[in-house]
This record gives sequence, C-alpha cells and structure tokens, in this order.
Amino acid sequence: MSGVRVLVGTRKGAFVLTSDGKRADWKVSGPHFPGWEIYHLKGSPADPDRLYVSQSTGWFGQQIQRSDDGGGTWEPVGNEFSYDGIPGTHQWYDGTPHPWEFARVWHLEPSLHDPDVVYAGVEDAALFKSVDGGKTWQELSGLRNHDTGSHWAPGAGGMCLHTIVLDPVNTGRMFAAISAAGAFRSDDDGQTWRPVTKGLRSEFMPEPEAEIGHCVHRIAMHPARPDVLYMQKHWDVMRSDDAGESWHEISGDLPTDFGFPISVHAHEPETVYVVPITSDSQHFPPDGRLRVYRSRVGGNEWQPLTAGLPQENCYVNVLRDAMDIDSLDECGVYFGTTGGQVYASADGGDHWSAIVRDLPAVLSVEVQTLP
Amino acid sequence: MIRVGLPAHLRTLAGVGSEVLLDVPPDGADAVTLGAVLDALEASYPVLKGTIRDHRTGRRRAFVRFFACQDDLSHEPPDVALPAQVVNGSEPLLVVGAIAGG
Repeated sequence: MSGVRVLVGTRKGAFVLTSDGKRADWKVSGPHFPGWEIYHLKGSPADPDRLYVSQSTGWFGQQIQRSDDGGGTWEPVGNEFSYDGIPGTHQWYDGTPHPWEFARVWHLEPSLHDPDVVYAGVEDAALFKSVDGGKTWQELSGLRNHDTGSHWAPGAGGMCLHTIVLDPVNTGRMFAAISAAGAFRSDDDGQTWRPVTKGLRSEFMPEPEAEIGHCVHRIAMHPARPDVLYMQKHWDVMRSDDAGESWHEISGDLPTDFGFPISVHAHEPETVYVVPITSDSQHFPPDGRLRVYRSRVGGNEWQPLTAGLPQENCYVNVLRDAMDIDSLDECGVYFGTTGGQVYASADGGDHWSAIVRDLPAVLSVEVQTLP
Repeated sequence: MIRVGLPAHLRTLAGVGSEVLLDVPPDGADAVTLGAVLDALEASYPVLKGTIRDHRTGRRRAFVRFFACQDDLSHEPPDVALPAQVVNGSEPLLVVGAIAGG
C-alpha cells in the first residue's frame, strides 16, 4: 500500500511523520537536529529517499544535511554559500544601501529529474544551485545581478528568496519569489531572469504598480498546467494564466486576503487552498478561528473549511512554506502552525485532525507520496 | 595536545564529546597561535568550517567567543600566541556560544 511522509521543519528541529495510505495512524520521528532552526526540508521527486535539509542557527550559521534513506540517517554536506563576484548592495529598510550578506537558506528545491541537483533560495536574496548532492554550491547570479537588484529591499522577515517553482513541462523555465522584491521568471535554467509582476498592486509602495518591490509570499503551480500560477501576496490572492506575464486578483469573497501559504489540489488544477490571516499587523486567523479556504473554481469563490480545526481562541499563524498536499487518489492536505500543530485532511480539506499538537513552531511542511 | 572545548551544538554537529584533542605543532617562534588551532580544528572536523569563522573572511562569527585561562581572546588577531597552559594541555581553549534566549 502506498504511504505518506510529511517532512516538518520547526524552530527547534526537524520531524518526519509517516503513515500508510489511510493516513489515520501516524508515526512521529524526531527531533532531528534538535535545537537548530530547520527552515525547510524537502525530498527529491526523482528519488524520494534523498532528502535535503536547511539547518541553521544565528550562532553557528548554516548547515545543509542530506539523507539517502528517507530520513533514517543524515550527512552534513556543503555549507559554503558565497555570492558570485563582489556582491554590492541592496536597499535597507530605510532606503539606504546595505551590503549583500548571506544569512540562511530559506528554501531547498530539488530537481524534478536528478537527485543530485538542488536549488537553494537564500537570505539575502539569491539563488544557488548544487549539482553534486549539496556538497558544493554555485550562485545563479543572473537573478541577483538583474538591473533592479540594487533596489530590492527586505520584508520584515529579511530579504529572502523563499519560493522556487520548477516548470515540469517547459524546459528551462522556473520561477522565484523574493520578499520584498517580487516574482521573477527564468527560461534558461536560471541563468537570466526578469520580473513577472504585471498586474500586482501593493498599496504600501510609493508606486503601487511598480515592477519591483511587491512582497510576494508564495507561488503555487499545478504540474499538469504550468502556465497557471497562483500567488498569495502580502495582501491579495492572485492568479496568472500566462506563466506570470500578467496577474489578476482572485481574492473574491475571502474574509481577508492577507496570508502566507497557497497550494493546489493534486488532481484538480482549479482547486486552491489558502489560510487567511487577519492582517499584516495581526498574524493570526480572523476572530480566533482557524479556517482553510478552498476555491474549486480557480479563485474568487471560496469556501471555509473548519471541521476539526479550532474555531475559538486560536491565534497561530501558518507560514509560507508550511502547507502542502499529497497525491493519493483522495488528495490529502497538510499544514503546520506556529503553535506546533500539524493538521492533516485525507479528504481534500473537508475534515481535519492534528497529527501532532505540541511541536516547536512549524516553519515548513513538505509531503511525499510514497509508492 | 591542545584541548578545545566546544559548545553543545557544535559537539553534536562534529560528533564529539565536550573536548577535542588536537596535535598542533609550534610555529617558528615556538608558539601555538589561536588561528593555527582553529585551522587544525576545521581540518580534523570539516563540518565545523563556517560555524566558528566566516568561510570567506575568516572572521569570528558574531555570537562566538574564545576564552583561555580566564582571558577573553575573542578580539585577538589569529596570530596571537596561546598561553603556555593551553599549549601544554593543562587548560583548554574554549569556544563559547553567546548566551541568548529563545
């Protein structure tokens, strides 16, 4: 019988949650790397037992760990992330120039085809690539060296490249998102990039429709329809039907269009999930009620999903990398909270239950559907 | 042998106990320097590269401090000679992570 492995990164270690295809009984393994911040861990689509982990602390910096047995054992690999050339400056919060400084890896995106190839999105915003299983890293500096790079500025969480989306159909195409620079697209395997922000509007910017400066929180794609992208922005839920060339708002009847994660159903490309959060200054669900919202028509019309989720006195957040889906026949949906709960639904979001409740704050949730 | 004490996270990372022993021969001036010990530490435990000193600049990371024989060596240059008690192994060189909550 097939199974599911849920990879959970937290403020104080990594956890691996496993279940069979029924997704009723779960085994919890961890904490792996106890005490370290695990911003993200993800498995290779080409070899599910190959896992990559971003492990860091403010004291001792960045480590990348690798597993070749699905999280049974780990091996530290390369942790040197050196910007290409003289990095120069970007804008600081107050608009003054600030040197580019590596802080941590926010997101690891393994290649769709080669388990030894993996991309890393880092703070301060840049994209790195390893072709030797994480042992060495080279910057794809065409992104950071884009003409606009010196004008990028951080969001409250730092100037992080947090989203990397690989197009499974159009060879060489990939997307990256940076807070608070915006969304970018490459059509040549990450060598050159251009902003894809037409249609985005951010009221906090002096020019709300400027090409650069949007605080994109997350981009999601259904692999069967790679030209359709969904975006959760700082405010606004957006959609593109032309691979990012233009965007239009699909917030519709959401109670608030602020939030962090966004995911697409495994088998229904028009079914989208978001977790609305009160506002940019109140990072918790409206009215203390934790509700996932689902649209089955590609946006604008949203349905609250509440069964099994706390509907009073709930003031957690769900971070941008902390929601994912499995691809079993009945699509499972998973998300983790800053309160340490990991919730799962085995029926596309109709009913939820907590796999675990008392982990450290959850930073990321990635789901592997195992044969 | 030089004794080096490491903070808990680095002990776990390197898979070592509370102290590691390093054979660091004296230099031409018959001294063992702070930099030479850190070089030897990273050579013996490559996973520690980048955790104590920045990969590129070689500078001490901001939240890491060095102590020996009650003295703070954190702001000393890499070529500072370590005290004789550290060189003869009666006292350790301590690598310390800053105290902070969270």
